[in-house]
Amino acid sequence: MAEAIESLQQQLARLLAEAEAAAANVADVAGIENLRVRYLGKKGLLTEQLKQVGTLSPEDRPRVGKWVNDAKDRLTERLQARRTELETAAQRAKLGREQIDVTLPGRNAQVGGLHPITRTLERLEQIFLGMGFAVADGPEIEDDYHNFEALNIPASHPARTTMDTFYFDAHRLLRTHTSPVQIRYMKQHRPPLRIVVPGRVYRCDSDVTHTPMFHQIEGLMVDEHVTFADLKGVLSEFLNRFFERELAVRFRPSYFPFTEPSAEVDIGCVICGAKGCRVCRETGWLEVLGCGMVHPEVFRHVKIDSERYTGFAFGLGVERVAMLRYGVNDLRLFYENDLRFLRQFK
Amino acid sequence: MKLSHQWLREWVSPRLDVRALAERLTLAGLEVGAIDAVAPPLKDVVVGRVRSTSPHPNAGHLMLCDVEVGRGKSLHVVCGAPNVAVGMKAPLALPGAVLPGGRRVEVAAIQGVDSAGMLCSAAELGLGENAAGLLVLDPSVRVGAPLAEALQLDDVTLDLELTPNRGDCLSVAGVAREVAALTGARLNVPPMRKNPVRTRRRVAVKLIAKKECPHYVGRTVLNLHASAATPSWMQERLRRSGVRSLHPIVDVTNYVMLELGQPMHAFDLGKLRGAIQVRKAGQGESLRLLDGRALTAPVGSLLIADDRGPIALAGIMGGQDTAVSNETRGAFLESAFFDPETIALHVRSLGIQTESSQRFERGVDPELQVRALERATELLVAIAGGDPGPITETKSGRRAPLIVPLRRARLERLVGCAVPAKKVEQVLKGLGMKVRKTADGWRVVPPSYRFDIRIEPDLIEETVRLFGYSNVPARMPAMQLVAPEVPESRLEPRRLRALLIDRDYQEVITYSFVDPDLQKLIDPSGIPMTLANPISADMSVMRTTLWPSLLQTLRYNRNRQLERVRLFETGRRYLAGLEEPKEEAVIAGVASGTAGAEQWGVAEREVDFYDVKGDIEALLALGGRSEEFRFLPAGHPALHPGQSAAIHFGEEQIGWVGVLHPGLQARLELGPAVLFELKLSALGQRRIPAFAEVSRFPAIRRDLAIVVSEETSAQQVVESIRRVAGNLLVDLELFDVYRGEGIDSGRKSFALGLTFQHSSRTLREAEVDALMTQIISTLAGEVGAQLRH
Repeated sequence: MAEAIESLQQQLARLLAEAEAAAANVADVAGIENLRVRYLGKKGLLTEQLKQVGTLSPEDRPRVGKWVNDAKDRLTERLQARRTELETAAQRAKLGREQIDVTLPGRNAQVGGLHPITRTLERLEQIFLGMGFAVADGPEIEDDYHNFEALNIPASHPARTTMDTFYFDAHRLLRTHTSPVQIRYMKQHRPPLRIVVPGRVYRCDSDVTHTPMFHQIEGLMVDEHVTFADLKGVLSEFLNRFFERELAVRFRPSYFPFTEPSAEVDIGCVICGAKGCRVCRETGWLEVLGCGMVHPEVFRHVKIDSERYTGFAFGLGVERVAMLRYGVNDLRLFYENDLRFLRQFK
Repeated sequence: MKLSHQWLREWVSPRLDVRALAERLTLAGLEVGAIDAVAPPLKDVVVGRVRSTSPHPNAGHLMLCDVEVGRGKSLHVVCGAPNVAVGMKAPLALPGAVLPGGRRVEVAAIQGVDSAGMLCSAAELGLGENAAGLLVLDPSVRVGAPLAEALQLDDVTLDLELTPNRGDCLSVAGVAREVAALTGARLNVPPMRKNPVRTRRRVAVKLIAKKECPHYVGRTVLNLHASAATPSWMQERLRRSGVRSLHPIVDVTNYVMLELGQPMHAFDLGKLRGAIQVRKAGQGESLRLLDGRALTAPVGSLLIADDRGPIALAGIMGGQDTAVSNETRGAFLESAFFDPETIALHVRSLGIQTESSQRFERGVDPELQVRALERATELLVAIAGGDPGPITETKSGRRAPLIVPLRRARLERLVGCAVPAKKVEQVLKGLGMKVRKTADGWRVVPPSYRFDIRIEPDLIEETVRLFGYSNVPARMPAMQLVAPEVPESRLEPRRLRALLIDRDYQEVITYSFVDPDLQKLIDPSGIPMTLANPISADMSVMRTTLWPSLLQTLRYNRNRQLERVRLFETGRRYLAGLEEPKEEAVIAGVASGTAGAEQWGVAEREVDFYDVKGDIEALLALGGRSEEFRFLPAGHPALHPGQSAAIHFGEEQIGWVGVLHPGLQARLELGPAVLFELKLSALGQRRIPAFAEVSRFPAIRRDLAIVVSEETSAQQVVESIRRVAGNLLVDLELFDVYRGEGIDSGRKSFALGLTFQHSSRTLREAEVDALMTQIISTLAGEVGAQLRH
């Protein structure tokens, strides 16, 4: 009897060793399944061993039966582990085959861009909007009254000669500056006023440093206590924000018929760091805008009491500051619209 | 205005070098645009005196000259100048001298005779344009002296960019006054010298246009020397001021204008007939001007005339018939004050600008006329001898001196900081103003030459200008907070631009004026505004659509090997209205080349109508009211008749989209291109969202394939379906259009996906089936649709 038990025990050990060896050599999940059927199926080799347990004495049966069940459990576990192993390997192989070249370009990645003048205008507007200015607008085809007369530039004024105006007829013209919008706005609104007016303006002049169309942004602030000191403050602050650095800013007396006192504003040359270069004509200074305190004659035209209210106005050439900001060396590039130029402003 | 630094220094000489002086002027509003040397360095060029001349043995037109060069030395020089004469002094370039342009003077044989130097013309030395003969130097200059010393060439010119209000600074005297005020330096005003009257000869003056010419002063000068020449110092000063030397009498009047600011005119006395009249032109009065131009004076323009007719355009230019010449022995000198406004209007209408008109229109000191005439007389007598006659002064009325108040409080309120009273008075007095204290400030009487000072702000400006803009603090104003209006129903152009950029369009900005021919080709029915004075013919009309500019830009880029071009612009189009011109803001674009950028794994194809339509639909979708826009087949002269659509917003047509007409493609040498243009006003409106319950009940989708004739549009089909299906149809997709096998020619198939859903209950299949049947029969009835099997 003891011999029979011993032989069973050996048989179990042999079967287990054989099955484990086979599992290690199996190459795919199907092979594992075959092994399961072969050893653990209803008629599997290990299952068959249980039948022999029945031939043993009742006191031996539980002990030997446990051996057989332990062997079955152990093999089940091994096959499961091996199956997971094989499945992982198969998955890995599949993923490996699915590898792509991630360095190839993606699709539909192209975007266009804003024209540098629009880009500049948007920044300019943004700075003034932040300071509580509103954006106003007016016609480009203007009349003599709004473009000149109401701005204290009568027909005989010498400033008219320097304006190089495009005319349609005796009274209609293309606005030479954004200032007529001051007049239109002040006729519609009462102080306090804070506006900027971006837009196209026109002058009959075309050479290396002039294009017949260009852009200005006009500013106007009118209230009971607006001073020249405020003008200096607002414009200095604005210039520092636009160029994103602390600039030397200089206010130089000048003359505009619609402001008094009037000033031109120079900034320390941003090209050479105010050392003197071709762009600043070796002066270290760049003229960027004109400004002044609103002339009482202008207030008279729009029926605002100049004793009660004061105001400042300024006008800035957008091309000029765009050229300085981006280092563009030729004004005319803005209107050639060469894509190789425009695409630099993405 | 160009101003000789040396000349200025005779009037005022602050302890500043020229650069510092220029900086001071610039910061006081008299911008110095440039400082230029008056002459090139003329090393080894000296004053020579021609001692004798003899003909060149081998060349008839050349002379051999014996030229004295000082210290008893003389040189043999060959010279071909027509004006070489024994005794004359002229510049001599010695061997080693380098002339402007790099020419080096050496001892060289000229036609077989050695020349030990070169006698020079003004042009050869860079001292003017005259190349006709040797530069004749004054007899008084020292022989052998370096030319630079003899002509005081160690000088620079200041190029002043004067603002129009500072006509008082258009002279050496004017700038000197300003420099004195700025620096406190003493002003050397030469005293006015009264010239002794040596003849009784006068010319009567009749002031008829009294308002336009309130003051006219004149005198005769008789017995002028025929041989008189303008001295080289005067020629040099004229040259440095940018004025050409012409004739001694003219040079004197120009010199006085530059020195004192009074433009003058000299008539040949022998050519005047009767009295001088200052009057307005009548009908058909003509004269030949000094520059040779024949002119019929516009009626009402201000003339100087004699008994025969017009002899000068007052204050602008003299006439040829009465001009001084080499034969002139007697002259009549005119020194007048003309009304600035009158001269300005004449200048504008005649289009003639001169040194004289430039000064008169900005204003001349109304009290300067006699002084200027005496100064001119003095100079003329010194140069050309002559006997001055009595001064004829004709005046109308008297200008009351202007008194301008300046309130202290106002000054501070406008400037934003206190300016000490003492400073105010010092500044104003320094500018030549009479200043009297009052209870609240000052009463100020400006000097006659500061005719620009009329009202209080003028005085405030002068005060701050000399106080220094840099001494006013920069201060951020304290303001009341204002909440901005944020209209949610407004869609900003910025958002529209951003969308097109994201869809790979490049923004451009093009000129608002275009070529009328191109404009007409693209929009034959649009009536453009035409410029009276365009820059050039191809920029002479205002565009009625942005397409001409966009197509030109497209061509520009295609000519530079850029094949795929997608452009847009936001700008205005301009229409000549019946009464008023109309400006409309639009957004317009063009796409040409392949639909997408070159891409691996994707077949290339040309951009087509639907690509661009998709871009437009995306733009329209931004406002959340896509369903209010409709694309209707319509013809546009610039577009392919079968591939163009008018875009409507409600009842209004707001734009176009279509393929560029093949005829235009050929004419403009372009490939296929798709264009669009939309009014911004329609796109700028955004729907404010209103919440609607989201249905929790299941949706049912049915696909429908129908066959219709080619003429039937998708929109017709879609609209029929929508009408029949009503609210239950929540989504409708047209997902296929098919032609070819299985479909008769002339017909096409649409495949549509219809999604039905009820908002408050589950739909029954039977309901949907019934609806589908109804839809199919309606389509059959309305557009002849058959089901495709």
